[in-house]
Amino acid sequence: MRRADGERRAARVPAERPVTLIVNGVRRLVHAPPNRTLLDVLRDTLGLTGTNRGCNQGDCGACTVLLDGASVNACLVLAVDADGSDVTTIEGLAERGELHPLQRAFVDEGAVQCGYCTPGMIVQAVDLLRRNPEPDEQAIRIGIEGNLCRCTGYAKIVKAIAAAARGMKAGTARPGPGRKPATTTTGRKK
Amino acid sequence: MATRVVGTRVPKIDAWEKVTGAVRYGHDVTLPGMLHGKILRSAHPHARILRVDTRAAERVPGVKCVLTADRVRAGKLGFLADQPVLKGDKARCVRDEIAAVAAASEEAAEEACEAIRVEYEPLPAVFDPVEAMEPGAPTIHEHAPDNLVKHRFDFRYGDPERALGRSAHVVEGEYRTQFVAHCCMEPCFVLATFDGQGRLTIHSTTQVPYLMQGHISRALGIQGSAIRVVQPAIGGAFGSKLDTHAYEAIAVLLARHSGAPVRILYTREEEFVCAPTKQPMIIRMATGCDAEGRLTARICDATLDNGAYASWGATTPHIMMIGVSSLYRVDNVAFSARSVYTNNPWSGAFRGYGNPQGTFAIEQQMDELAQRTGIDPVRFRIRNANHPDSVTPQGFRITTCALQECLDTAATRIGWSAPKEPWEGVGIAGMIHVGGGGRVYKSDGCGVIAKLDDFGRLTLATGATEIGTGSDTAMAMLAAEELGIPVRNVSVINNDTDVGPWDVGIHASRTTFIAGNATIRACRRIRDRLAQLAAPELGCGPEALVFADGRVSRADDASKSVPLDRLVRSAHFRDDGEMFVGQAFYDPPNRFQDPQWRGNVSATYSFAAHAVRVRVDPETGRIAVLRFVAAHDVGKVINPLGLEGQIEGAVAQGLGFALTEQVQLAAGRMQNASFLDYKMLGPRDVPADIDLQFIEKPDAEGPYGAKGVSEAGLIPTAAAVANAVADAIGCRIHELPLTPERVLAAIRGAG
Repeated sequence: MRRADGERRAARVPAERPVTLIVNGVRRLVHAPPNRTLLDVLRDTLGLTGTNRGCNQGDCGACTVLLDGASVNACLVLAVDADGSDVTTIEGLAERGELHPLQRAFVDEGAVQCGYCTPGMIVQAVDLLRRNPEPDEQAIRIGIEGNLCRCTGYAKIVKAIAAAARGMKAGTARPGPGRKPATTTTGRKK
Repeated sequence: MATRVVGTRVPKIDAWEKVTGAVRYGHDVTLPGMLHGKILRSAHPHARILRVDTRAAERVPGVKCVLTADRVRAGKLGFLADQPVLKGDKARCVRDEIAAVAAASEEAAEEACEAIRVEYEPLPAVFDPVEAMEPGAPTIHEHAPDNLVKHRFDFRYGDPERALGRSAHVVEGEYRTQFVAHCCMEPCFVLATFDGQGRLTIHSTTQVPYLMQGHISRALGIQGSAIRVVQPAIGGAFGSKLDTHAYEAIAVLLARHSGAPVRILYTREEEFVCAPTKQPMIIRMATGCDAEGRLTARICDATLDNGAYASWGATTPHIMMIGVSSLYRVDNVAFSARSVYTNNPWSGAFRGYGNPQGTFAIEQQMDELAQRTGIDPVRFRIRNANHPDSVTPQGFRITTCALQECLDTAATRIGWSAPKEPWEGVGIAGMIHVGGGGRVYKSDGCGVIAKLDDFGRLTLATGATEIGTGSDTAMAMLAAEELGIPVRNVSVINNDTDVGPWDVGIHASRTTFIAGNATIRACRRIRDRLAQLAAPELGCGPEALVFADGRVSRADDASKSVPLDRLVRSAHFRDDGEMFVGQAFYDPPNRFQDPQWRGNVSATYSFAAHAVRVRVDPETGRIAVLRFVAAHDVGKVINPLGLEGQIEGAVAQGLGFALTEQVQLAAGRMQNASFLDYKMLGPRDVPADIDLQFIEKPDAEGPYGAKGVSEAGLIPTAAAVANAVADAIGCRIHELPLTPERVLAAIRGAG
């Protein structure tokens, strides 16, 4: 069985190229062959293992990160295509030990069970609330429909996102990252 | 009993590390010098393996080790020891592991696997369990010329044939359920490493770390004392990790032969194709009742597609039988079941353990009998429901039972008698399940060591595995309750066989019940000793003390108190000092069943009723779930937040089982091995309106009265949906999933 990210062959590794990424606000220079995905670079090169690999095919959303403020499946983005981009991962949401309102809500509302989908789900919700700060229940479900969860049945995830949205609107919680508009569409999620 | 912690909404104790990405799953674990393992699987569902040529594979740069069956010393896996680790003489399904490679990169390992040349002699194959039982069918295992798994299930009570013959009404039918994939969001992982002295550490996502020691020991000839199992955070299990799998033993062999740590990670496609599924069943059932609607007899016969090897999944009729014999009172019962070897990939255990399949048949027949007698289906069920303090034909001692209340509550909340639009229907289904462990192994116990340190922090060391259910949080809450400390001052170390005392594994909805009882007992030992020490200081007897807010206080005068940590320090740091460690092993008062399948297999039983309102689109056959009520007899709610999550998640899995999920096999090969083609429910597919009702009748044996619940939420779900659909369209569908095609065919057939 072949990995979904292509026809890589040990004997024919393509030449690496320099790639600059602003990851969670920090400029990082990495060298990656042109077929290496953003997910591989984040996890294996930069050691940011909070982003999980669920399917490596863009079907499950577990590896969702923000690329220039918009959510993408990191498994579908080639690292070289992200050159010069701003990347936010789950590790970049909390500030000085203070959880992002969505992280706080996921804890308090019981939206976490095995937790494998959680980072992607939270990052996707950051993108959703940036686009729509007051989503109703249906808008939340549509907003996270590219993210699968096998444990929770989604009920508490939806509640947590709604609670975070209320808190952020009331000003009791600060908004999350995602300052810049999307400039890259590669691998862009629905 | 007034409680401070039990019954409150407590976030999962590992939630913080899971929302920040700090938690470590299997794929986050690496070791210096680690190699990557890959497996070459059979090209044919049934074939003799004539020759395996690995020369080209060995020349791939980065390859350290290539293994085939003839190069390793390895026995067999499975509770019937019918599965070789590497398959040497014959492949019995396309999942069969023919060769394995360890290499410096995953890419090199993959390339090496593709370079291995295998010569096969294809054999006639059989993919249908009924055909596999026919004379002349291809033999899959030489030890089983009839293709029957040795483990058989035959239970009889009373004279069911005679009782059916005398019944006023009898319904009969054949019901079919499908292959369902567990769809753990985390694909399978293992990392095996030997230290310089030959001691093996397996980093594994197993549900049964202590049984895994034995499985690996027997299969690979390594002493059990030389095997340590360490578990990273586990990204979902649902029964799929009850067995020790060939890939796990292969990682150990690769580590042994290469002299380096070896990790195997599945791709999602491998996860679909190579991880086990729910056992599909063909169930023939007949149920009878008298003119007043009292059940007279039930006969049930089930055939399971076992696939190529026997896993614990072959024993699921053991639990399925509980519902058949004991969901409702019936004085004459016969149950028989067999698992049949086929050349399909082998099935495993799945949350509910056969009970969702059985309940799908039982509860449709309850509706049909209610219709024949002219009694309302809810009243019909209540008329036959179990009572507290009764004994069922299999010898189950029903102590507490709120099935009637569950049925009443579910019916009321769904609006059972409310008017319905055309093509709308309501359905209800009940369930019984083990709620106080399930003795399927020689011990059903769990050990806990509790340690209170001089800062007042409590550590629980236990073998009880956490797979996302929140049992770790329940244990921390119970400990906090016993010692009067905050939950945040409790650590649970539950992932290392070198540290935690033995546990049989996380299955049968048992962990909160059993590990919880062990936790309470261990903590009480510490509390009793602390009370002895505090009593003289506070001028009262030890029985007159309360533990709360991190202090030991006099019950009659809260101003007289001492902080827990100071009490520990004063006893610890002195001549003849002492430590505060309490241990307990709780093995519940349940029984191994006798060869006639009689015996009280669980210390208590959980009950539930699900009711659902659906609308069927008569043009497309599509079913919309409008509203769902899940009423559960839980004994006592320990953590509402965790309990709600367990039931909500289980209902979603149950709806997937009912409506969409199906592993599509063609000649033993999976045709839909991706999340695009295998339809598990997404955020928009699960109804927003899931109404949870918990009925609390504390059970004397449960921790603070709680019963096990984690499987209960998906057991009656598909049956309730099937009944609602039948109510909507006026005819019954006996096969899952209830796809639009089947619904349309049923509507047209009935019209």
